[in-house]
Amino acid sequence: MPHHTQTFRKIAACLAAGIALAFGASALSSIAPAQAQTTLRVAMTAGDIPDVTGQPDQGFEGYRFVGYTLYDSLILWDLSRSDVEASLTPGLATKWEIDPKDSKRWIFTLRKDVKFHDGSDFNADVVLWNISRITDEKVPHFNAKQFAAMRTRTVNIDRAEKIDDHTVAIITKEPDSLFYIQMSFWMMISKAQFEKAGSYEKYAQMPSGTGPYRFAGMVPRERLELTRNDTYWNPKRVPKHDRLVLQPMPEATTRAAALLSGQVDFIEAPSPDTIARLKSSGMQVITLPYPHNWHYQFNFVDGPFKDKRVRQAANYAMDRGEMVEMLNGLAQEGYGTVPPSSPYFGKPVLYKLDPKKATALLKEAKCYPCEVTLAISTSGSGQMQPLPMNELVKSQLEAVGFKVKLEVMDWNALLDVTFKGREKFPAYHAVNVSRATQDPFSGIFRFAMRKQWAPAGGNWGHYENPEIEKLITEIYNTFDQAKRDAMITRVHEIMNDDAAMLFVTHDLNPRALSPKVKGFVQAQSWFQDLTPITVGTTN
Amino acid sequence: MWHYIARRIVYAIPIAIGVTVFCFALVFLAPGNPVQMLLPADASQEVVDLIMKTYGFDRPLPVQYWTWLTRAVVGDLGVSIQSNRPVIDEVLRALGNTVFLSFGAVMLAFSIAFVLGTLAAYYRGSAVDRGVTALSIVGVSIPNYWLGIVLVIVFAVELNWLPATGMGPRGSETFDLFNWSHFKHVILPIITLCMVPVGMITRTTRSAVSEVLGNEFVNTLRAKGLGELAVIRHALKNAMPQILAVMGLQFGYLMGGSILVETIFNWPGTGFLLNKAILTRDIPVLQGTILILALVFVFTNLVVDLFQTAVDPRIKRS
Repeated sequence: MPHHTQTFRKIAACLAAGIALAFGASALSSIAPAQAQTTLRVAMTAGDIPDVTGQPDQGFEGYRFVGYTLYDSLILWDLSRSDVEASLTPGLATKWEIDPKDSKRWIFTLRKDVKFHDGSDFNADVVLWNISRITDEKVPHFNAKQFAAMRTRTVNIDRAEKIDDHTVAIITKEPDSLFYIQMSFWMMISKAQFEKAGSYEKYAQMPSGTGPYRFAGMVPRERLELTRNDTYWNPKRVPKHDRLVLQPMPEATTRAAALLSGQVDFIEAPSPDTIARLKSSGMQVITLPYPHNWHYQFNFVDGPFKDKRVRQAANYAMDRGEMVEMLNGLAQEGYGTVPPSSPYFGKPVLYKLDPKKATALLKEAKCYPCEVTLAISTSGSGQMQPLPMNELVKSQLEAVGFKVKLEVMDWNALLDVTFKGREKFPAYHAVNVSRATQDPFSGIFRFAMRKQWAPAGGNWGHYENPEIEKLITEIYNTFDQAKRDAMITRVHEIMNDDAAMLFVTHDLNPRALSPKVKGFVQAQSWFQDLTPITVGTTN
Repeated sequence: MWHYIARRIVYAIPIAIGVTVFCFALVFLAPGNPVQMLLPADASQEVVDLIMKTYGFDRPLPVQYWTWLTRAVVGDLGVSIQSNRPVIDEVLRALGNTVFLSFGAVMLAFSIAFVLGTLAAYYRGSAVDRGVTALSIVGVSIPNYWLGIVLVIVFAVELNWLPATGMGPRGSETFDLFNWSHFKHVILPIITLCMVPVGMITRTTRSAVSEVLGNEFVNTLRAKGLGELAVIRHALKNAMPQILAVMGLQFGYLMGGSILVETIFNWPGTGFLLNKAILTRDIPVLQGTILILALVFVFTNLVVDLFQTAVDPRIKRS
């Protein structure tokens, strides 16, 4: 009997084990599909897939989704936190410094043991090859389009030298303490892969970088597919999903519909009127300040805005709270060239709403009613909702004694006006072109420097201030960051003293995510890191 | 017959040239220029000049046009300024997708309109007639971009029955009409696009059929003792050339005029392509697309004419 019992026990144990195994297996198999392939599908605002061959086009959106995914630059942006404006962090260079003996010579120490997706090595030769790619017209791998797009960032480069396999020096024409920032926009592409392809057209079908994602296929104008780079040099940034699919979807309503119907998981820039609907369906709507400015650049030569009092009056007329309300909270009130969260904001004069003061200033300036013409666009990158926003600005200006004429044009035409400057368009007293204010030069200086007077640069209305000129010269020669930052902040404050722009609002960079998307940390930046995102299978 | 076809093809040449000259001039008259979108807003004159030269925009307009034309004749439509891809590839890929939508929409419209129009003509003056007429007016009057958005909200967002955008799980390259997960992407855009043709074709069918029904030979047919169905068949056969002509025109309009609908549905066709090309002043793409669309229009008209001859031998083409 005991013997029998034992046999029985054995059989029972075997059975139990079998059942457990079977359950385990079925449990595993039910998990397996969930873990098999996770895909993050993103709808971009661009009308086409950004250029995948190095420097992306389609503005900073191209850099965000194609640049920093396929490629790395020597210096990257730290996009891992939401609480401060994104700053620079080592990328393919582990260290960068100015040569203590030569204020024009920057030394970059390169990261070792980094490989491109095609298996070739990243080293000093590759860096030099990449620099010549968009600076030297004579080399066979020169790319005219990317040269043009990068010219403002590369114009100060004199030459580059290899010090050893893992160190390069870049020599600038003029001392430029802010030069290193430009290297954060410079994508390093694989020399070996390009040589295998033979041309940019062919390379576009097989691009190879060092970035956290590999190229997996593309249908022009429809989709770009990337897969996880398991051997990415920074293990912390190996993507937590298998596949990333990027789709151009220029129409905001279409993007919202695609998210709501489950065709994509992540959309850029939902329009204010869709926010309530997205939230009620359980979508995550994320907003955060970032370096963006929606403003008007004044004409300092022709028309009423050459008088500081008129510029101040316009600023005092702005009810920015009303603007934010109209945009359903997708913007913050704008009082300066950079948002208050910027390290360069400082303590500028703030033109809070004061209609009485505005009217008094206009009367004092003997411009009452004050007739002004503003050039605006119907749409465009970073322009938010230009038509209703401009209508609101117009009504606020008219409430204090301006008489406003809006000159409406399409985005390309407005860029033409901006690019050619006030000289060619004296009838316009201000232009409404929003800007990225990511770094001190492109965010502040180019609107204030005499050297940047359009058509030479971004100073459309020919603003000038001798103190700013002096400060900027000093900034470029100051390699101590704390001292330099204090001076940059001062430039920002002076621009407010002069009421150099009509400050209106800063975008809050809205995006909407499906509830199954987890782990996204929105950075205070134009760029974002998608790698920590996990995609679940159920809502 | 062959003479007729050859002559029509020869006639298409000046039309195509006229279209391209007009479009070339128009693009250059509009403010802004094609290289602007490649350049940062603060690019210096030196860079602008270099890029203008690289793309050949520094030469006089007639020279640019001539260069373009001589290449276009041998099928080389140049390279897109924006994407650096050959225009011919871009246009042909997009054209297939648009032809598919337009053809589907016109066929669906024809099936609906043919029945409705015939009914209205047969019961002329009755409630059926008034109902159909009202419906066709609604069809031509509804802005199709609005209808598209409403359909998306109802069927994709609220009911979740049909997808809102695109051409299927992996885009147009793997599109398979006979696979439900692909085919369902087509339904909403086709319904949206067919509204105007439904209205137009219904109206044409109604007036053509009722005109034929008023003819004396119809009385003869009835006097001969022919059944009503047979009478209608005779009437339809006589009305067919007119209906076909309208169908052809509608197809042509849809080919060129679906910019808004394609944008709403993110449909990768010629409308989507044109939209982007216009906003970025991508002249080679714009020129190439418009030229091809013009040729499609001319070709469609030719096919319709030939069809008319086939269904109604009284129309002689010589």
